[in-house]
Amino acid sequence: MAHNGEKDPISGVETTGHEWDGIKELNNPLPRWWLYVLYATIIWSIGYWIVMPAWPTISSYTKGAIGYSQRAKVAGELEKAAEAQSVYRDKIANSDLQGIMADHELLEFSLAGGGAAFGDNCAPCHGSGAQGFKGYPNLNDDNWLWGGTLDDIYTTLKYGIRSDHDETRFNQMPAYGTDGILDRAQIRDVVQYVLALNGQDHNAKQSAAGKTIFEEQCVACHGEGGEGIQEMGAPNLTDNIWLYGGTPEEIHKTVAESRNGVMPAWVDRLSDETLKQLSVYVHSLGGGQ
Amino acid sequence: MASTEEAYGSPQGGATGTADQPAVETINVEAVNAKERRSLYASRVKVHPKRTQGTFRRIKWIVMLVTLGIYYLSPWIRWDRGDSIPNQAILVDFPARRFYFFFIEIWPQEVYYITGLLILASFTLFLVTSLAGRVWCGYTCPQTVWTDLFVTVERWIEGDRNARIKLDKMPWTFAKIRKRVVKHSIWLLISIATGGAWVFYFADAPTLAGQLLRFEAPASAYLFIGLFTATTYLLGGLAREQVCTYMCPWPRIQGAMFDEDSLLVSYRGYRGEPRGKHKKGESWDGRGDCVDCKQCVAVCPMGIDIRDGPQLECIQCALCIDACNQVMPKVGRPKNLIAYDTYRNLDAAARGESARPRLIRARSILYAALICVTGLIMLVALISRSDLDLNVLHDRNPVFVTLSDGSIRNGYTLKILNKQHSVRSFQVSVEGLSDAELSAVGEGEGTNLEVSVKPDRLRSFRVFVTVPADKIDKEVTDIEFVLTDPSDGSVARNDSIFRGPK
Repeated sequence: MAHNGEKDPISGVETTGHEWDGIKELNNPLPRWWLYVLYATIIWSIGYWIVMPAWPTISSYTKGAIGYSQRAKVAGELEKAAEAQSVYRDKIANSDLQGIMADHELLEFSLAGGGAAFGDNCAPCHGSGAQGFKGYPNLNDDNWLWGGTLDDIYTTLKYGIRSDHDETRFNQMPAYGTDGILDRAQIRDVVQYVLALNGQDHNAKQSAAGKTIFEEQCVACHGEGGEGIQEMGAPNLTDNIWLYGGTPEEIHKTVAESRNGVMPAWVDRLSDETLKQLSVYVHSLGGGQ
Repeated sequence: MASTEEAYGSPQGGATGTADQPAVETINVEAVNAKERRSLYASRVKVHPKRTQGTFRRIKWIVMLVTLGIYYLSPWIRWDRGDSIPNQAILVDFPARRFYFFFIEIWPQEVYYITGLLILASFTLFLVTSLAGRVWCGYTCPQTVWTDLFVTVERWIEGDRNARIKLDKMPWTFAKIRKRVVKHSIWLLISIATGGAWVFYFADAPTLAGQLLRFEAPASAYLFIGLFTATTYLLGGLAREQVCTYMCPWPRIQGAMFDEDSLLVSYRGYRGEPRGKHKKGESWDGRGDCVDCKQCVAVCPMGIDIRDGPQLECIQCALCIDACNQVMPKVGRPKNLIAYDTYRNLDAAARGESARPRLIRARSILYAALICVTGLIMLVALISRSDLDLNVLHDRNPVFVTLSDGSIRNGYTLKILNKQHSVRSFQVSVEGLSDAELSAVGEGEGTNLEVSVKPDRLRSFRVFVTVPADKIDKEVTDIEFVLTDPSDGSVARNDSIFRGPK
């Protein structure tokens, strides 16, 4: 392997003396400035360590001479974005909900902002598309427990339902079975009647018996025809839209044990502008009245 | 075994020593840092290209004038597009996300036009390379053009090749310092102009020029001018041929693109060899035409000798042809000892035959065909480009909503792209559903929706389509959204679906 200035016979280029399985490396020298570029990058990296955050320490890291921080940069950008939005936010704060709906710019801003706030705060229960789950209402349809006008939605959002806020929307359906108000057969009859109200398969005889019980026990809240009373938060029982399911078993459980779901009050968690944006957003989902 | 011996040094003739001459151990070893040992790094030897005149030099002047002219001046061309739309003919408008090129306006999602342009450019490059070698490198590459410009300035200040070599060796006198300062200043000015011209492609040129002069331009403008000033000065003024030889991958790739039928700048060895000095009146019998004047070497900006045959470093600028063609008539020999020629012909000529260049061959036909196809597709795409576009996205969650009267509602996000420079009102309707009722937040409702879109803008909004329960018999109904502009009758359509319960 001695270096002997051997030349490759074909190219006439000197070899480096390195050989692998008969293949010899030719010495086509790199330009020296290329080497200097390598040194320059090394020097650059040392400068970089000094100027920029670079090395981890036990509990922190070296901050660098100019104190650059991506977090701080993001925070600054967010602040700037918030500042740019403040024009709209101020307008929203000073406008009523109908005013927001009437102003194209405010409407678009609220839909975007409301959508984001919905994803952060409401989607865990109501679903990312507000499609709802069992016990959590679908906000896309036109069936509202407590009313679907902008102001109704705003109030619901603000104080919640059966929440710990003093102003909360509140009602309580008796647990007809557990509390012993009706016996099992009576509940079965009522269930048959409710099925009939929705045009579902039912037992006519039981349903007729149930009608009497319904008129005694239920119309006070759900109305004469069972179409619900929004002021009391009593659901419409005739539209075949069910919060807890529309099978005879589920309806039976609802009547016997009652349900009484809870929505938190958001007034202390979100700003009023955000609540207004959320109201507009939920209203825009398709069911707004 | 052999390596072990080498490693420890093999005793040579140690045991064969005679009685009166003690055995001396000779070791087969070489000093690691022997003087002769070639360095792994090469120092740069400066190239001082000599001035030359001729056909190819003239072509290069023209190409330089045209390419630099296009580069420096085109941002200043105006093109009226109407109110509130930039009137710069060529503009990459990043903040507004538009690319303007004369009558063409491209939105970000239409970047395939640029892809097509790049494909077209590549195929053209391939075709030209297969026909006539590194034409791109030799004539039009920015590195070549700017280096040429910088060398011209250098020659103008410091004189031609010999004067420059002399100046390099001179001690630092006042005259030398003056020349160097003047040269580098002009180089810097060219570099600044180059960097400056670059940013004008990204903003309104006259406005930005004013801002730059008043030091009110955005920091990024100065940053990019600085960056391009530095690279122009460094690459065009200082690095020159080193860029082509060591940095650029293209010479390696182009080598694979020409073949024995490509016209390449070649020294016709069959005519030139054996070379040698020639005195006036001497016979030309038994010798070649090359008088070994080395003019071809002196003019070469890459510092190579074309007579060594094809080389990686050769950018095929053809200046050696010009140089040789000035010499040949003087010694009374025919021109074109160095010329564009093919390997095939050089081979044939060496055998006393000749081979005509074959420009039309499988490779060039293929490239030409690909260029035509790509060009045609581009042309069709450009002509059929609509100034109205509609995208429809069906809601995924929930896929449908049942309303209290039993009717079914689907939600869609509609995106209308108005590429015209005026406000347009459209009618949105749905085909494929009977009794469909449309509504959009803030836009009203009906079987036809009226919506307006601002000039040169995209507008996105949610549309609800509601159908009575008895009109839906399938889980999935194929529908089509139709967007009509009543003022000019233009229509955009987009497929979607309407989903109902199972």
